[in-house]
Amino acid sequence: MAQVSSIADEQASTPLSSPKSIVLRISKFNPKSDESSKFMEFTVPYQKWTTVLEAILDVKKHFDHSVAVRYSCRQATCGSCGMMINGKPKLACFTKISELDSDVVTVEPMNNFPVIRDLTVGFEKLFEKHQKIQPYLIRDDSELESDEREFLQSPQEVEQYIQFANCIKCGLCNSACPTMATDSSFVGPQALAQAYRYVADSRDKGKDSRLNIIDESHGIWRCHFAGSCSQVCPKGVDPAMGIQFLRGYLLGFRS
Amino acid sequence: MTEDEHREGIKGMANPGRYGIERIAYLLMRLTGLGLLGYFIAHVYETSNILRGRMGWDDFLAMTQTTEGHIFLALVIGMCVFHTGNGIRIMLGHGGVGVGAPARPDYPYQPASQNYRHKIGIYSSIVLAAVAMMYGMAVMFGE
Repeated sequence: MAQVSSIADEQASTPLSSPKSIVLRISKFNPKSDESSKFMEFTVPYQKWTTVLEAILDVKKHFDHSVAVRYSCRQATCGSCGMMINGKPKLACFTKISELDSDVVTVEPMNNFPVIRDLTVGFEKLFEKHQKIQPYLIRDDSELESDEREFLQSPQEVEQYIQFANCIKCGLCNSACPTMATDSSFVGPQALAQAYRYVADSRDKGKDSRLNIIDESHGIWRCHFAGSCSQVCPKGVDPAMGIQFLRGYLLGFRS
Repeated sequence: MTEDEHREGIKGMANPGRYGIERIAYLLMRLTGLGLLGYFIAHVYETSNILRGRMGWDDFLAMTQTTEGHIFLALVIGMCVFHTGNGIRIMLGHGGVGVGAPARPDYPYQPASQNYRHKIGIYSSIVLAAVAMMYGMAVMFGE
């Protein structure tokens, strides 16, 4: 059963000089007590700069403080507020309502992640797979001696991996991936892109070790280059590119 | 799928409407792959009819000389051409060919791997498949 509510003018955190408003549909689901998810509807005013996260927080503040949403930085840096917005995975803090070009905005928890409650999903598997690919520099001489200098890199060497180091582990790529939709054991675009990030780092010597980890039936071979991961990445990481480069090592295209 | 996993499942995997032409190509690649596998099995069964002698062979072959048979074969031609063309694009991409080069991303981020080369490859495969189907139908129906 949907509930339609409107924010009273004097209560909204968004200035109400604008006559514009949208219907915000929020998915409500508690795995411990509910059998299925349901949508609550709220009429929320917005300005052209209002983000989906701000609209959700307005609802939390004035109507239903039980709405569960994870957020922190509000500037697309912490990667906490990923959710399905009108059917596509996006960061709520990085998505302006005015850009959605819709009178109804539907927010749901990200696909392919277990739901903790409402819009909040569990990241345990994402972090587990991230750790699996050894996301750190591997060297024989990993500890610097007191009289040594830091590991130097040329700008060109930095350029090889810096794009992939932008990953904020928000999970949007895993949510958009068609393979993740059906294969819970798949390593996923986030972890694979991070594997490439370290393999491409000239300071790292762990390429063979990482290639062994991802060279398995639920590893890199399950990627079919649909590219959806790259299209939803809010930081321009382009996981699809990293994965294809990584596969190039295994296929002998790269060395 | 349980709510614990909250996976989209096959419905989500097969939904091509949200992520552009690359996701449509992904779906078409899977469908044409399955279609060609089905055709291969049917083809082995069909050719095994030669063991029934000339009459049996001719009887079975007559099925492909009907309107439905022509349409079926035209679809097979289309699937074959698209799967081949798009398959070459994907194989090159899998080796890291034509997917762009790593660089510091600038907002608004445009993924370099989803570049015009691959889009041209996808559209070309679709157009080639359509042309091949039309040519096939012209030959078959023009008999």
